[in-house]
Amino acid sequence: MSPMSSASPVPPVLPMSPPMPVAPDTTREGGRRESSGSNGSNGMIGTSGLIGSSVIRPDAVDKARGDFAFSSDLWAEGMLWGKVLRSPHPSARILSIDTARAQQMPGVMAVLTWADLPGDQVFGLDAKDQPVFAHDVVRYAGEPIAAVAATHPELARQAVDAIVVDFEPAIPLVDPDEALSAPATHEAGNVFRHITLRHGDIKAEGDVVVEGTYEVGMQDQAFMGPESGLAIPSSDGSVDLYISTQWLHVDRDQVAACLGLPPELVRLHLAGVGGAFGAREDITIQVQLCLLALRTRRPVKMVFSRAESFLGHVHRHPARMWYRHHARRDGTLVKVEARIVLDGGAYMSSSAAVIANATCFAAGPYRVPSAAVDGFAVRTNNPPCGAMRGFGAVQVCFAYESQMDRLADALQMDPIELRLKNAICSTDRLITGQVVGGTAPVAEVIRAAAEAPLPEPASGDLLELPGGAGRCAEYDKVVRGTGFAVGFKNLLYSEGFDDFSTARCRLDGDMATITCAAAEVGQGFVTLARQVVTETLGVTKVRISSGDTNEIGSAGSTSASRQSWMSGGAVLEACKAVADRVLSMAADTLQVRPETLRLSVGYVVSGDGIPLISLNDLTRGKPVEESVVFHHKPTDPLDSDGQGNAHVSFAFVAHKAVVDVDVELGLVRVVQLSTAQDVGKVLNPLQLLGQIEGGTLQGVGLAVMEELLVADGIVQNPSFTDYLIPTTLDAPDIVVTRLVEEPDPLAPFGAKGAGEMPAISSTPAVVSAIRNATGLALSRVPVRPQDIAFGYAKSDSA
Amino acid sequence: MDASANKVNTVLPESTVRVDLRINGRNYVLPDIWIGENLLYVLRERLGLPGSKNACEQGECGSCSVLVDGMLVCACLVLAADASGCEITTVEGLGRTLADPADSSGQEEGQTQGQGQTQGQGQGQTQEERQGQGQGEQDLAGPTIIASSMPMPQLQDISVTDGMSFEGALSRMHPVQQAFVNTGAIQCGFCTPGLVVAVADLLSHNPHPSALQVREAISGNLCRCTGYGRIFAAVRRAEELLAGTA
Repeated sequence: MSPMSSASPVPPVLPMSPPMPVAPDTTREGGRRESSGSNGSNGMIGTSGLIGSSVIRPDAVDKARGDFAFSSDLWAEGMLWGKVLRSPHPSARILSIDTARAQQMPGVMAVLTWADLPGDQVFGLDAKDQPVFAHDVVRYAGEPIAAVAATHPELARQAVDAIVVDFEPAIPLVDPDEALSAPATHEAGNVFRHITLRHGDIKAEGDVVVEGTYEVGMQDQAFMGPESGLAIPSSDGSVDLYISTQWLHVDRDQVAACLGLPPELVRLHLAGVGGAFGAREDITIQVQLCLLALRTRRPVKMVFSRAESFLGHVHRHPARMWYRHHARRDGTLVKVEARIVLDGGAYMSSSAAVIANATCFAAGPYRVPSAAVDGFAVRTNNPPCGAMRGFGAVQVCFAYESQMDRLADALQMDPIELRLKNAICSTDRLITGQVVGGTAPVAEVIRAAAEAPLPEPASGDLLELPGGAGRCAEYDKVVRGTGFAVGFKNLLYSEGFDDFSTARCRLDGDMATITCAAAEVGQGFVTLARQVVTETLGVTKVRISSGDTNEIGSAGSTSASRQSWMSGGAVLEACKAVADRVLSMAADTLQVRPETLRLSVGYVVSGDGIPLISLNDLTRGKPVEESVVFHHKPTDPLDSDGQGNAHVSFAFVAHKAVVDVDVELGLVRVVQLSTAQDVGKVLNPLQLLGQIEGGTLQGVGLAVMEELLVADGIVQNPSFTDYLIPTTLDAPDIVVTRLVEEPDPLAPFGAKGAGEMPAISSTPAVVSAIRNATGLALSRVPVRPQDIAFGYAKSDSA
Repeated sequence: MDASANKVNTVLPESTVRVDLRINGRNYVLPDIWIGENLLYVLRERLGLPGSKNACEQGECGSCSVLVDGMLVCACLVLAADASGCEITTVEGLGRTLADPADSSGQEEGQTQGQGQTQGQGQGQTQEERQGQGQGEQDLAGPTIIASSMPMPQLQDISVTDGMSFEGALSRMHPVQQAFVNTGAIQCGFCTPGLVVAVADLLSHNPHPSALQVREAISGNLCRCTGYGRIFAAVRRAEELLAGTA
């Protein structure tokens, strides 16, 4: 008596592994995973074994063939090219804008300014203080003033050149410390946010006190795919925008407000994204593109040049930080005092949240009973700054880890021992008063990163010397140094923000479709979503769609190391809801209890794996669909003393760096970085390794080469010729010594976000190694050749 | 401030030129383009070959790497008019096979595997359109394409269908492309087309490069996502695939 349908015979043996491409696990040579505690998932999960496997990206084939359509690859019939006119002045009054000549030029279909904007003149992620088009005043060099659409990109460029703007330049405010007392450059004032954090006994004193001032230069995200998109107007006055972004819905809300349209008439679609790293969190070209399309009634495409990309998006905040650490003779930290000033540039962007992170994490992943920290994010006439990988945690990590080295020196103590002695654990409190909670394997991470064996000495091959084949360095003058640093950061959004993600799962036969607006920017969410679907529903035919903003609700931003947790969680819950319904349907058909059934490889199977009924028979043509909105644990705002349970969870990381330095010429080659990271649980080893290697190298860039140079408010090096990011010859060997797996009890699968941590402690570790090689204080990043060479000459002659 | 709406779509900047190009074994005639257009613009915006990427437009990033008469160049630094009469291979042409007689001539050394016009995988409209073009273009002996503005991939959502035919798709790719897919060398993928062209070029000249030779050979290809570790692994895998030792 078989309960099975005769329509679809069940094979006698089900394939053991689903035909989803998985790379052989070669990612942990020499390293090992440390696991403790139980898997954070429920009993139904784990049928396929795909969670934890190196499943290949589903978009990899198209990307390798050049067939994947990035936002700059789009095309539409009758398409025009958009281009933006930007201010050359960091501070000026606009006396007049004359577009007459530009409008008369052949092929030019529209020239638009502030006067053409039907809705809000200003936008912003937090405070709406940034004009779409400057009207009577410009506050930074690069601020948009007008936009044109023409039939050829060269004609658009010529039209932009033909617009005549009469400026009355003013002296720009470019010093962030002066901004605190200078006349306001904007009606909302010069201080975006000042956080006063007071914790414990602020009068406490240590036996040993070390003090230092540190500086971080302006780093750029420098993703490879420039800002670009295509807007297509409809006859009903609505518009479709195909765009590379990190957060479709928050873009949509800002764009609709500026266009004066109801949100449902502005449909945003995710186009292929060529990297993000925070720079796509604010809107850049979205409003101008839609406005040009609506006014010309033609599709309009815009692609930033590299120079425009450097001017057009926010950067990592430059920081000035004063620190004083107090400790007992045995190395126990007593108190940390700090004053942190972040230069937010002309408009607010996410400065308020960045300074909150910098302030909350100012003391590092250490037990610090007392703290007094003042954090300021200020407005200047420099380029606007906002989100970049690490988001405030990067700047302070450079300062507090430099301080820890200085303290170890003063105590004549091993710097790793000092860190281990003060390493925070889950039952300790941060300087915000919040108990860390969850999992905090800080000591494990420190020990694992420290234990990596040192690499061989340099071979003498010119390519392996500092400066490379230009043959700059002298082999005899090369000194090797090692350094160490630990860092941490919050995961997900903080301070009471209502953070959620929406996902829909639809099962039709043995094919599942997930709709989730989570922006795939290269990190691999589309891979993880497939893994989750196969793990939960036992099907391998999976379609992942980001939908458009009318089809599905917000998934939140691809930032704050949050999409694996938040959108991974939303997809998981949607799939579980579908699985529950399917099992109930099967139980009804089979006249058994649903708890005795599970899903495997396209079938409902019995507890011991006997296939009973196929998903095709159960659901083909009668799709089962469920939508969920997934929230994380609520958080609280910070109080007036900077205290409160403001964060959900934390992840920890350590790096050990080895560098070779030509001490006379100031040239540095970063030889190796070994790292260990607190990841909760590994979901896809290959993708995780990619995040660790990529983030670590961005930290190397900040340590030794990356800085947007801003002189009197004007960016001096907006090109890859002059803004250097690491190449294959600059990249050190990156060794993952351990991925510490202590599942976070709050996280789906127990997995912590992993994207930002590698960029946090890599920078101070490299600088610590350069100090070790040179004996110099080096209190500023990036470390420039002259910082070493002149410093070394000075100390040599002293 | 709308400009007058009676201007026509085809207005070009002053000074136009006719250009004849031979790309991936096919001939193209561009009767009328602006003389300042570089090869990258023509490939991407006029010929429906957007695989080569534009990330810096000044030869610093390698994202637009193509082969011109067998030489690895940045397509952004070559005027289209200067490439007239040259044999050009782009990322789209890398996977074309010697097994397909129609595609057999004009191939670069080392490009011995994979197939030409790809059979649709995911990417719906993009693929179908390109297949459509492929049928019209055929091969050397077939008709010359006269293009002023070829249809380009339309809009897509980043949706992916089942992985059932993954192995099939992989087998139709150049070994360097296969290696990039299988070793995790691809994240956002923007640098990938330029890198696979550069690595294919390296391995065609130097089948067993040392680690330092690899680093130097692709030091002109910037990648911001990967930290290069998996890219080095991909080069090793490609070396093995090409040598038949994988």
